[in-house]
Amino acid sequence: MGFMDAILGRRKQVKPDLDQLFAVPSAAVTLQVSGGFTPTGVGSVCYRANEGAAFATMQNDVQRLLDADGGPAVERVTDSFGFTWLVCRQEPEAVSELVTELHAVNRSLEEAGFGASLLCSLVIFEHADGRRLGLVYLYKQGTFYPFAPAAGGREQRDNALELQMRGLLGNDLTVEPDLSRWMAIWGAPGL
Amino acid sequence: MASSRFIKDRGLTSRMTLVMALMAVLYLAFMALLITQGVSTAAIIVIAAAFAVGQWYFSDKVALAAMRARQVTPEQAPELHGMIDRLCAMAVMPKPRVYITDMDMPNAFATGRSPKHSAVCVTTGIMRRLTAEELEGVLAHELSHVAHRDVAVMTIASFLGVVAGLITRWGLIFGGGRGNNNGGALPFLVIWLASMVVAAIGFLLTRVLSRYRELCADRSGAFLTGKPSALASALTKISGDMARIPTRDLRQAETMNAFFIAPALKGTGLNSLLATHPPLEQRLDQLAKVSAQLGRPL
Repeated sequence: MGFMDAILGRRKQVKPDLDQLFAVPSAAVTLQVSGGFTPTGVGSVCYRANEGAAFATMQNDVQRLLDADGGPAVERVTDSFGFTWLVCRQEPEAVSELVTELHAVNRSLEEAGFGASLLCSLVIFEHADGRRLGLVYLYKQGTFYPFAPAAGGREQRDNALELQMRGLLGNDLTVEPDLSRWMAIWGAPGL
Repeated sequence: MASSRFIKDRGLTSRMTLVMALMAVLYLAFMALLITQGVSTAAIIVIAAAFAVGQWYFSDKVALAAMRARQVTPEQAPELHGMIDRLCAMAVMPKPRVYITDMDMPNAFATGRSPKHSAVCVTTGIMRRLTAEELEGVLAHELSHVAHRDVAVMTIASFLGVVAGLITRWGLIFGGGRGNNNGGALPFLVIWLASMVVAAIGFLLTRVLSRYRELCADRSGAFLTGKPSALASALTKISGDMARIPTRDLRQAETMNAFFIAPALKGTGLNSLLATHPPLEQRLDQLAKVSAQLGRPL
């Protein structure tokens, strides 16, 4: 942030890099081969719904567009923090189709001028032993991080697994280097 | 690149810049006067630097200690931390430390010299009274203060005024005793009067600047959550509660006013020149404009 921005009380907007999302299919292969995690076919985009008709209209349009392909219907979930999750479902092996849908949601919000309201996108993986792993894409950073809820405990993270997956994912996509940005996303649908 | 609905408020920016320019001119003139009157430049610089460093490094600790705030971990206050986590991720800023103070007065404040050394504090009163959405609006307002470095800006803006005030006080203490020095009294009297004037004008300008920064924080906070009406409703609630609570109980909190989201001391008949915060109507008007902007179809 520049000096003048500090003086005038404003901040530069970071340029997001949505194309990073298309690195997910190759990361999914790595996760399956080296980590034992298979895709579940569930993914979602998390954003902050704005008040007003403009946002509601855009939101409905996006949902209608995604449902037009005849696949499983897109589901809209509001979590306890008041954030909206738009949940897309595809066949487990159809990771690139899923990513395309997530990309379309992100792009639509961005083009309607609501890019600032996007929080993250999420693709969910599952291990044979039942453990779940979320691959989280931070819209504002254009980076990814793994989020793994611990098996038994409520609201506990399996940090060891997350760090192990970071090592695996490093070659396929940009992993968020700042660990303090690895935000917990409790209540995310499908996790 | 897609357009954002965040549209700059040029009027607000230009008025704020004007106030800051006026302040700089005022302080430069005062410094020039001190030097021409024979006060040693080194002494001025040392005093000013000491104050700057002290305020810069200790303002947050003093503020938090004065409020008897305690830091809370994500385990102790999961909802509050979750809310701040998400707001910080959306605003792309480092997460500040989170404090809670056991106080029934509904209020919140942010402090810290830079986004990396910052803290956000809420009272138990505000958490009890506001809905999650309203509290989020208030937190977004406070995080905007952090992101805009408002505490640093206000510290810098006010510290020369403090120096001027200090010189005035010295004048009161030493001025009388040294009057017998031949010819020494007159320059000192001039400096003493000038520093009083500087302190007064500086004080008013700081207050004007403070009101503009509040409006800015309201605006960007509302754009961050996308719910200007939630913040508006929170402000109404807080102000309503403020008016009901007897002023006498709140007087202890008076020194903290500059950092609060709504001032604790209700200015009865006090003109708006001295207020640290803009009037409620003005803030609600601005939030209504933001709401209209968000609702505007593409």
